[in-house]
Amino acid sequence: MGTKRHFRVWRGDSAGGDIEDFDVEVNEGEVVLDIIHRLQATQTPDLACRWNCKAGKCGSCSMEINGKPRLGCMTRMSTFEEDETVTITPLRTFPVIRDLVTDVSFNYEKARETPAFAPPPGVAPGDYRMQQVDVERSQEFRKCIECFLCQNTCHVVRDHEENKAAFSGPRYFIRAAELDMHPLDDREDRKEYAQANQGMGYCNITKCCTEVCPEHIKITDNAIIPMKERVVDRRYDPLVWLGRKIFRRDELDGSNGSRGENMAPSTSVGVTDLAQGGAFPTHRGPEGPEVREDGKMDVTEVTLPTQGGPSPFGDQQFPLPSDRVSYQQPAQPPDNDH
Amino acid sequence: MTTARIERHHYDVVVIGAGGAGLRAAIEARLAGKRTAIISKSLFGKAHTVMAEGGAAAAMGNVNSRDNWMVHFRDTMRGGKFLNNFRMAELHAKEAPERIWELETYGALFDRTKDGKISQRNFGGHEYPRLAHVGDRTGLELIRTLQQKIVSLQQEDFAETGNYDSRIRVFSETTITELLLDGNKVAGAFGYYRESGEFLLLEAPAVILATGGVGRSYKVTSNSWEYTGDGHALALRAGATLINMEFLQFHPTGMVWPPSVKGILVTESVRGDGGVLRNSDGKRFMFDYVPDVFRKQYADTEEEADRWYNDPDNNRRPPELLPRDEVARAINSEVKAGRGTKAGGVLLDVSTRMPAETITKRLPSMYHQFKELADVDITKEPMEVGPTCHYVMGGVEVEPDSAAAMGTVEGLFAAGEVSGGMHGSNRLGGNSLSDLLVFGKRAGEHAAAYTDSLAKRPKVATSDVESAVVTALAPLERQGGENPYTLQQDLQAVMGDLVGIIRRAGELTDALKRIQELKLRVAQVGAAGGRRYNPGWHLALDLRNMLIVSECTAKAALEREESRGGHTREDFPAMNPDWRLVNLVCSLDNSGDVHLERKPLPRMRDELIQLFERTELSKYLTEDELTQFDAIEGPKGDARVPGVRTDPSKTEAK
Repeated sequence: MGTKRHFRVWRGDSAGGDIEDFDVEVNEGEVVLDIIHRLQATQTPDLACRWNCKAGKCGSCSMEINGKPRLGCMTRMSTFEEDETVTITPLRTFPVIRDLVTDVSFNYEKARETPAFAPPPGVAPGDYRMQQVDVERSQEFRKCIECFLCQNTCHVVRDHEENKAAFSGPRYFIRAAELDMHPLDDREDRKEYAQANQGMGYCNITKCCTEVCPEHIKITDNAIIPMKERVVDRRYDPLVWLGRKIFRRDELDGSNGSRGENMAPSTSVGVTDLAQGGAFPTHRGPEGPEVREDGKMDVTEVTLPTQGGPSPFGDQQFPLPSDRVSYQQPAQPPDNDH
Repeated sequence: MTTARIERHHYDVVVIGAGGAGLRAAIEARLAGKRTAIISKSLFGKAHTVMAEGGAAAAMGNVNSRDNWMVHFRDTMRGGKFLNNFRMAELHAKEAPERIWELETYGALFDRTKDGKISQRNFGGHEYPRLAHVGDRTGLELIRTLQQKIVSLQQEDFAETGNYDSRIRVFSETTITELLLDGNKVAGAFGYYRESGEFLLLEAPAVILATGGVGRSYKVTSNSWEYTGDGHALALRAGATLINMEFLQFHPTGMVWPPSVKGILVTESVRGDGGVLRNSDGKRFMFDYVPDVFRKQYADTEEEADRWYNDPDNNRRPPELLPRDEVARAINSEVKAGRGTKAGGVLLDVSTRMPAETITKRLPSMYHQFKELADVDITKEPMEVGPTCHYVMGGVEVEPDSAAAMGTVEGLFAAGEVSGGMHGSNRLGGNSLSDLLVFGKRAGEHAAAYTDSLAKRPKVATSDVESAVVTALAPLERQGGENPYTLQQDLQAVMGDLVGIIRRAGELTDALKRIQELKLRVAQVGAAGGRRYNPGWHLALDLRNMLIVSECTAKAALEREESRGGHTREDFPAMNPDWRLVNLVCSLDNSGDVHLERKPLPRMRDELIQLFERTELSKYLTEDELTQFDAIEGPKGDARVPGVRTDPSKTEAK
């Protein structure tokens, strides 16, 4: 019942790769991820691709389909022409691990650098009171499924590796906005923090992130622009300006709600005496790896067939062919064992 | 030959699984001061918990103040057909509200009531509106909140030590293939990074299993690829036991069209908010399928059912909100009787029941799911739905208070779907998310306490590591071996066709025979390619777990000669009170085959059984048990728990 369609899929790893051509069966109602699964089951069992829920809820199967950042599970085959070639490539902004799988650890690092929710002091669990209308603004951003398509498409980092260190990206601007708009968050310098530490100033509101968001979060309009505007408000507010002039920085930083660059939201109260200020981490001191009676480690860590891993020159052959060796091999001692 | 580099780590507690239960356990272990590792089979924050839509059940009484833990406990036991471990159901009902409130201090934003409290919604099997929710993406909120709490703890550690990973570290895209023991004590876990294929060895005295379920062994399932029963199999191989493995929940409403989304869930809140089920004749058929035990609580006319949505105190519930197993069986019967749709489902309709705006407001992700995945506008036309394999009630047999695994092993804990007993023969919707939190916390807490009780760290044996390496590399050394995808499809066919919703002795015997044949084939499975992010190799390794868990399910299903909850035998269609006294316990014998034995169910404490009326109990208990009940109940029922069986609960139970 299916028809054969032409697919081009990028295959390779960090060392490089190329587009490969496939003809695959496509049935009514299928999505691009189905076709990748069919390729795995029938032609290329080791084709690497992330996926989980297959329902647009987990944000794992991010890829670029005909150059557009999309979720594989949310791209219906019926959106292509019958004879259209579908080209699938990995996310361009992140380093390739293998085939369609990229190293998205950049995003997890930026997540750690975004200050977490600061619970209101003195409000016991169960006593949180918020109005629906107030939580809805933040709830829009909490719809985020962390597919990182916005991070991938953002031109600040897409072709500018050098901006990655200073720029957190749209995903973490909406996180900052979400907490800024959270009715009970105790930290009041989210906007300033986003400007000063997350690189929000790099964003020049081209709305590419909003366009690719599979959850249809209005990233630019509802998060980035309000965050930018309020930063501007505060910067040029005459009272704030005066405050800056007459107080020392440490007095300003010590004021309520502003914590400078410390991201720790609070000190969590633990459940044991240890977590309440006792010595960390356990009763035991640091332990080295255990050794056998012969003084060697149990599981040897240096038994790879080729010591030292692959050659940095990209050649996979070892030892090098003799015509490419530029040093003199030591003379082999005569073999007396026989 | 088996030359392999192995990365070694030392931790106090290793949590396998990064869904709701795993993350909650890890938070607790870290708060208890333990160095904690979290093993995540996919990326951090992608766990299957995100798929939970309806909400988390907790008797907070925000919407109906009559609700309390005793009512919740009763609903849970009823839903599980009294096969639940009563202590787990009790702890769950008592502690769920605290666990939910705690999430708010981590930054969760649930939908609100008018007075600013957490809003609660109706759900199948729950007497009162009880599910804390966020639209229909509650699971996502839960996982994100826990994920962000872990980041927050890492930020605290960073402020103190200069290293985010100093006390809690997430190993993403990592699979554990083997638990390593020192005698009977857990000593560590061995696995591989999916990205690089490199091996790692985590030495730790305590391991918490939070690996979720087994749905990938079924053809039609709502579960993701991760659900290969890893935790179940790891526990078995480590000497722990599994219970209730015959009980699988088939969610009544999975999408059946288009084929690519077959199995994906349509949340029960579609029905809780007014959606109705119709067959191809347009008939609202659920009224024909109300079992006697539920007759008192469910409406028998469409008019009364429709009034219930706005006036639940004076009307009985619509039969669409019967527990999941009942609805799944009803749909199955309608389709078998030829009153289904072409794709083999029935129609679930909200479009004629409420205005389009209300639908998009109340069920936003459902609206988007159908619009974008199936090109169906649920505000204009009905959805096509049918049963899909959704949840396994069975799992690791645990000690209820500590979540410690039973059997011969020490230092092993289990929480969430991978553990068994809590839900009995059938889980109520919404009880899963709260189960994750309640028992995740308990597992983390008790695993931490266990490590303190040890005089010395258990030691990993070199030979065990070496054989784990050999086992893991074996498929790669059989490059020409059998295709793992074919084997998975064959297993899915066996389980779907022969150990599905409706079971028969002959088919189950046949299934067991075929599973033995598959075992031989899986021993010869090969994986083409190398170790770097090779899904074929990963699947080849997972197959071993899927098979052993499937064998448990088939064996237990053959043994239990009655129909109850998530286990329906065509040849034994009735519930049998004698079988309620029996748990089926699976363990591995020395040859690696599944050994099944019967074990009596723990007897419910007097004050708990007195929460029920005798008429209800008489449907579940044996004559002997009823005589015992009469003895504790006294001549005129004066030994009752205050405040429970007075008027409010009578109104509610009508």
